[in-house]
Amino acid sequence: MGKTKTRKRPVETPKEIEGVVIRFAGDSGDGMQLTGTQFSSTSAIAGNDISTLPDFPAEIRAPAGSLPGVSAFQLNFSSVDIMTPGDEPDLLVAMNPAALMTNLPDLQPAGRVIINTDAFTAGNLKKAGYTENPLNDGTLGNYQVIELPITSLNAQALESVDLPKKQVSRSKNFWALGLLYWLFDRSLEPTLRWLEGKFAGNPILIEANSTALLAGHAYAEASEIFASSFKVREAAIEPGTYRKIAGNEAIAVGCVAASILAKRPLVYSSYPITPASEILHYLSHYRHMDIRTVQAEDEIAAMGIVIGASFAGKLAVTGTSGPGLALKAEAINLAVMTELPCVIINIQRAGPSTGLPTKTEQSDLLQALYGRNGESPVAVIAPATPAEGFDCAIEAFRIAVRHMIPVMLLSDGYLANGSEPWRLPDVSCLEPIEVRHPSSDDAEEFLPYARDEKTLARPWGIPGTAGLEHRIGGLEKDVLTGNVNYEPKNHQRMTDLRQEKLDRIADFYDPTEVDGEPEGELLVIGWGGTFGAIRTAARRARKEGLSVSHVHLRHLHPLPKDLGDIIGRFKKVLIPELNMGQLSIVLRARYLVDAVGLNKVEGQPFKVREVHAKMDEMLRSK
Amino acid sequence: MSTRPIPTPALTKKDFVSDQEVRWCPGCGDYAILSQVQKVVPALGIPKEKFVFVSGIGCSSRFPYYMNAYGFHTIHGRAPTIATGIKIANPELSVWVVTGDGDALSIGGNHLIHALRRNMDIKILLFNNRIYGLTKGQYSPTSELGKRTKSTPMGSVDYPLHPLSIALASEATFVARAIDTETKHLAEVIERAARHKGSAFIEIFQNCNIFNDKAFDNFKARDVRANRIVRLEHEKQIRFGADGEKGFRINHCELEVVDVNDGIPESELIVHDEHSRAFVAYMLARMDYPDFPVAIGVLRDVTKPTYEALLDDQVMEARKMRKPDTLQALLESGETWKVG
Repeated sequence: MGKTKTRKRPVETPKEIEGVVIRFAGDSGDGMQLTGTQFSSTSAIAGNDISTLPDFPAEIRAPAGSLPGVSAFQLNFSSVDIMTPGDEPDLLVAMNPAALMTNLPDLQPAGRVIINTDAFTAGNLKKAGYTENPLNDGTLGNYQVIELPITSLNAQALESVDLPKKQVSRSKNFWALGLLYWLFDRSLEPTLRWLEGKFAGNPILIEANSTALLAGHAYAEASEIFASSFKVREAAIEPGTYRKIAGNEAIAVGCVAASILAKRPLVYSSYPITPASEILHYLSHYRHMDIRTVQAEDEIAAMGIVIGASFAGKLAVTGTSGPGLALKAEAINLAVMTELPCVIINIQRAGPSTGLPTKTEQSDLLQALYGRNGESPVAVIAPATPAEGFDCAIEAFRIAVRHMIPVMLLSDGYLANGSEPWRLPDVSCLEPIEVRHPSSDDAEEFLPYARDEKTLARPWGIPGTAGLEHRIGGLEKDVLTGNVNYEPKNHQRMTDLRQEKLDRIADFYDPTEVDGEPEGELLVIGWGGTFGAIRTAARRARKEGLSVSHVHLRHLHPLPKDLGDIIGRFKKVLIPELNMGQLSIVLRARYLVDAVGLNKVEGQPFKVREVHAKMDEMLRSK
Repeated sequence: MSTRPIPTPALTKKDFVSDQEVRWCPGCGDYAILSQVQKVVPALGIPKEKFVFVSGIGCSSRFPYYMNAYGFHTIHGRAPTIATGIKIANPELSVWVVTGDGDALSIGGNHLIHALRRNMDIKILLFNNRIYGLTKGQYSPTSELGKRTKSTPMGSVDYPLHPLSIALASEATFVARAIDTETKHLAEVIERAARHKGSAFIEIFQNCNIFNDKAFDNFKARDVRANRIVRLEHEKQIRFGADGEKGFRINHCELEVVDVNDGIPESELIVHDEHSRAFVAYMLARMDYPDFPVAIGVLRDVTKPTYEALLDDQVMEARKMRKPDTLQALLESGETWKVG
């Protein structure tokens, strides 16, 4: 094995299949994220529906070959509508023993595993915790194993390329990608094009990686390691223009779009934190759109800068993750008290404390809702899919400026890094965001805390406007003038007003959508990134004849007004969450409903199977 | 038909007095500072609506309520961050931060450093009374070692820091010191700070007559100040004493007080240079009574581009290189493909 056979095989029609789940796994330095991203893009462009799950360590370069250093990327691509990256991979690419050790347990029974045998050295086997070589001891007995010396095959292919040996080895992921492109009948074109753009000005790297890609592809075709290739047809998805997008990117694009829709410059200030930093990176490229990014000295300063920018009349937004949100809490409260519009993006990660920075969780819900001193209502919304980050960012700004309130956008690590095809919206359907600042003509009757009848928003009077000079601050305000007021009744009144202002945001919601029958046995309520798993499980259960409906909440504060009625039409309520039951606490208290939780904090999204099993259990145990 | 510009009535002190009752303790040094600021700002030729006063928490931080201008009483230690946001959002505004020794140097130390380092064009007035007043009398980061307060009945065991050393080390472009009771000098320093383009930092010795009365009297009292305070003036020899007979030499990398009556030639005395970035400013900043007289005046006045100007330049440059995207172009900025 390992010798490239040059004989061309007779052309064979690829076998059609509905979809495949692939997982690329290797060392942090093996380029698995890149390989996965390339395969995803190519599949999306080929018309498949896709859903991805990158899973990487927090360390930049954990010790080579070690278990904590394993980086994986799972991709589900399909000819039918899919909503999750798949429960178990059908195919695993393991670039070293550590990758095999950590990922093999997830592989489908009888699944396929492609192994880079060159990495199975005694040293690497030891680092991965293998006492026996799994290639020889029967560990892989129940799987279809394809053993390939990928490192040396790649080195052979790149013999003529003038690069040091170490550099040559770094392109082995493209060799593996080429191999898989043949197996799934994918075009090499998008990746070749991408390489030219990526390494423009560095022709040797374009040559090396392109050669590796082509060599892997040619090897698969010429050798007989695969009985046939497979074809996953285009998915029957809605016509339109599509773009592959990850959650953080979608939120960033949404922020720029909000700036355009509001015709207002935007200030984004944040402190680098995993997994939110990409938003800062992305927006820093939009100076030409008058987007000012400010990398602050700390999380608190970032929030302070946002408040200052908002006071001065700009769209202002910060992004962070749980530990940063904790630091920002006091400043967020200042925005609550001064009723200044701003958006706080929180990309949740597993906690508490530093927790698991690169792993997903939904455990900041209660922090977002209540994690501040005093009675402190802020609006909270959460996207359900990566692409929905775009809609949510725009909506967050719309709520913030319409109601003069801070809005928290709760995403999570799974949505942030996962990607899907995004059908671009029709721009004419994106409503402008109306922003109004009182002018000097309004000076006569300017009262900083006078309120809009409908929304209870106060006027957004900004410095630089003659005649509107006024003072605001964190001390309790007089109900009209905004001057400091310590009177007992005034504090009660202002507390009530701030709450009612929040409550009235729900007047602007569309009716809540119920997927499935509007009444029945079991209502499953979810929020955020668990959407795909819950929706898929609910539909599967309904196909099996079970009475299951699904409501996925985008608006977490205030809750939709019709939610209580919807809950009342079902006998049982299930709330799956990647936390220990935070939405459950909120809904049980609010609606006095005996909701059952499905809770998991393993740093991984729900599998469809897990949610489905819980539905099944609840409906069969009457 | 000729158009005549509508004359803008000259602003006066009264224009900056707000309708709020001032609630500092009678005899507090804050009154004098408020009065001098209200006197200086109308003369700057800046329209009233362009002034924004930002404060944190503490006695001094009530300041914005008493200025008839835009004001923001924020949270403890964070005023420089809010001021930074305001200035970035609208560089045309004249943005001031009013803070105290606890607010700026304890809870807000980090933000002070970074606002100065970025050379934000904001004016920071630090009222240093060497005590926590609003929380009713605990020692502060500028209180002297051994200070007996409510929280340190046996005396504090914290060494104090010099606010001016922090400002100089943070690369502030304008650094000065003044005293609440030296009102004329205070007004001059405030005006120079206001006219400076870049981060301006003034430490103002301010008497808290309730919790730390007479904290500065051992050098600022009328009968001793000639020998214990030295007023810095640009390009002039640094002199003090009843007849200006004393000055400084640098001896083995240390400042040495000398007296011309002792036969020291005047040519050997050091001359103050506000534009110098050398270490002399640090030495002057750290002079403390009784070892040395205390320096007041402008220690450093240098120029370099401000943060907001550099940021604006990038925006302009980016706009020259690339037209603003339409919404459609923004959406299509990734790799796109068509279906159907």
